[in-house]
Amino acid sequence: MDQLNTYLIIGAILFSLGLFGIITRRNAIAVLMGVELILNASNINFIAFSRFGGMNLSGHVFSLFVIIMAAAETAVALAIVINLYNNLGSVNVDDAASLKQ
Amino acid sequence: MITYGFLILLTPLLAFVIQIFIGKRLPRKGDWVSISAVVFTLCLSIAMLGMMLFLHDSGFKIDKSWEWFNLGHMQVHLGILIDNITIVMLVVVALVSSLVHIYSVGYMKGDPRYSRYFAYLSLFTFSMNGIVLSNNLFSIYMFWELVGLSSYLLIGFWFEKDTASDAAKKAFLVNRIGDMGMFIGIMLFFTATGSFVFSDVFSGVASGQISGTLLTVAGLCLFAGAVGKSAQFPLHVWLPDAMEGPTPVSALIHAATMVAAGVYLMVRLFPLFTPEALTIIAYVGGFTAIFAAIIAVTQNDIKKVLAYSTVSQLGYMILAVGSGAYIAGFFHLVTHAAFKAGLFLCSGSVIHAMHHAYHKLKDHETDPQDMRNMGGLKDKMKITYWTMVICTVAISGVPLMSGFLSKDAILAGTLSFALCNPVHFLLPLFGFGAALLTAFYMFRLIFMTFHGEPARQEVHNHVHESPLVMTAPLMTLATLSLFLFYTLPYFNPFSDHGWFTRLVVAVESSVPGSLSALEIAEGVDHAHTSAIILSLIVAGIGIFLAFAMYLKKRISAERMAVRLAIPYKLSFNKFFMDEIYSKYLVSPSLTLAKKIGYFDWDLYDKYFINGFGKVTRLISRIVGIKWDYDILDQLFVDGVGHGTRFFGRKLRLIQSGKLQSYLIWVLCGIIVIFVIQTM
Repeated sequence: MDQLNTYLIIGAILFSLGLFGIITRRNAIAVLMGVELILNASNINFIAFSRFGGMNLSGHVFSLFVIIMAAAETAVALAIVINLYNNLGSVNVDDAASLKQ
Repeated sequence: MITYGFLILLTPLLAFVIQIFIGKRLPRKGDWVSISAVVFTLCLSIAMLGMMLFLHDSGFKIDKSWEWFNLGHMQVHLGILIDNITIVMLVVVALVSSLVHIYSVGYMKGDPRYSRYFAYLSLFTFSMNGIVLSNNLFSIYMFWELVGLSSYLLIGFWFEKDTASDAAKKAFLVNRIGDMGMFIGIMLFFTATGSFVFSDVFSGVASGQISGTLLTVAGLCLFAGAVGKSAQFPLHVWLPDAMEGPTPVSALIHAATMVAAGVYLMVRLFPLFTPEALTIIAYVGGFTAIFAAIIAVTQNDIKKVLAYSTVSQLGYMILAVGSGAYIAGFFHLVTHAAFKAGLFLCSGSVIHAMHHAYHKLKDHETDPQDMRNMGGLKDKMKITYWTMVICTVAISGVPLMSGFLSKDAILAGTLSFALCNPVHFLLPLFGFGAALLTAFYMFRLIFMTFHGEPARQEVHNHVHESPLVMTAPLMTLATLSLFLFYTLPYFNPFSDHGWFTRLVVAVESSVPGSLSALEIAEGVDHAHTSAIILSLIVAGIGIFLAFAMYLKKRISAERMAVRLAIPYKLSFNKFFMDEIYSKYLVSPSLTLAKKIGYFDWDLYDKYFINGFGKVTRLISRIVGIKWDYDILDQLFVDGVGHGTRFFGRKLRLIQSGKLQSYLIWVLCGIIVIFVIQTM
């Protein structure tokens, strides 16, 4: 049981780091990196439950799905960032505020 | 018999409905609808009369009631009562009505409202038959009002003339007074006995459910209805004015049938009257008889003379009822219906002829009804003259005529009443006095109209006899004025013994302690001979006076008028009754109405109603400005808008467009949810 908690705490730390990165970074690329951290935190959780929580092979399969989805998401997000740069001349997320009141 | 009764009642109603709705579009404007309806009722009535003569049962009676409505313990029945009195009355109504219908074809020819006239006549016949056939006070009151209505419609038939519409209103209003009394009387009897049906009321009175002064008062209240309808003093004023209607109407309604309805009611309800009530009734009738006869003596309008004569004869009938000889009163009603309708139709024929003569001469000013403009019509209008003479002889009470028999019966009844109660010596004096005056003014009418020199020769040249459709009813009515029709199977012109007196007999009074019918009949028999002698003497004097004054001119009427100036003026101006009423009744009530009108309009309306409006406006202004506008509108309605705008302005700042700040809010939200969940 202690080992599951250890993994969950590591996942939580990783999630918090990712969230912190998303919130504090102004660079769009850095924000994307925060997202990747959060996704990997969930991966750790899946694997941990797969190993200790009786989730068995489903956890592995979900992790693989998450990795694939993360790759796809990064591709789309990077395309958005390039378009952002083309339109605004910067990758600062604070500049992309044309919907504000 | 019941079926006959229903047919007699409803056929004229059907004719009325047809006439009033589609009469104008029918060929001949539908006069044949009304005429055939009324002739049909005449056939049925005569069939009933035949049955009655065949049965020869003085106690014959069919009394059938149906429940009309039921309110708990109060049940109202309608029904039909057929006895010998009903049958005789039905024949009178149907006969006079048929003859008047036929006569009207000639008289009303070319009138713009010809079909409506016949519709009204049918309505009248229906209502009159309703009165005759009713077996209860309730429906008799309804039909009573209906004859009043048809009388109103027919008096005001030529409503373009102001006098006609005024006369119609007067007739209606004056009748209203009497009817009010009658209504109270009916309600008094209903409260006491719990029924409207005659037989129940009679037995209620006999068993003492209503007695003493209350019974007298209730009887007098019913009598008030008869005073109005039968034009007795002091409500007689409408009848002479009612002569504004077409003359056939005067003959039917205001001489033969409707005005006789009051007498009929008295005859029907005779068992209800106490001796005290009957004494008052006798005095009213007797006074009316002499009073109207005095007025008739000096009138110059041919129809006015006949109108006052009708009032006087109705007074006779009421006098007979009051003296207890009410069958004699009913007998006079029947005979009077024939000869008075005949007299009216004759006068109509004369007026018709005079009117045409003036019309030919393009003279629209001269009054065709004024007897002073007539004279010498005897040779020009032979049939009218002779029929009118026969009717006049009948009304004057000359032997061989019906009027002699009935008048004599009344006078004998009065005489025997006065012999029993010498205090009431005035009653036979009224009776014989009126008989004298009747003979006088009727012959005065004949002499002034038909004898002597024509007033204007050129008018006289244009006068011609009326067509057969008008003279045939005259001849029928004149024939019916012979004594023979009332005394069969006997031929004694001095005695009224015959089918009538044998089949139509008096019923015992329901009031305990009054004279029995037998005692009254014995008294009348006793007084019979002296009454005959006296009445012959007074009729002779009256005729002789008229002969001397108006035919031979031995006594100058003008000089008499000067010598008897005060009585002459009183009589000529109808004892100033109209003036007295207008001064002491009409104008005070108009003044009162004006006062109340002032109160209503100037005080109540202007101050109270308008004040109410003003106060409402003031309150609404205050409420409108202070509450509605300032508080509700400004504070609440606008407040919602202001608040929304205020918070919108503040909350707008959250929408910064910064992605990470949104995320922080999401995070805060999640933390809050977690905190709440763990609590």
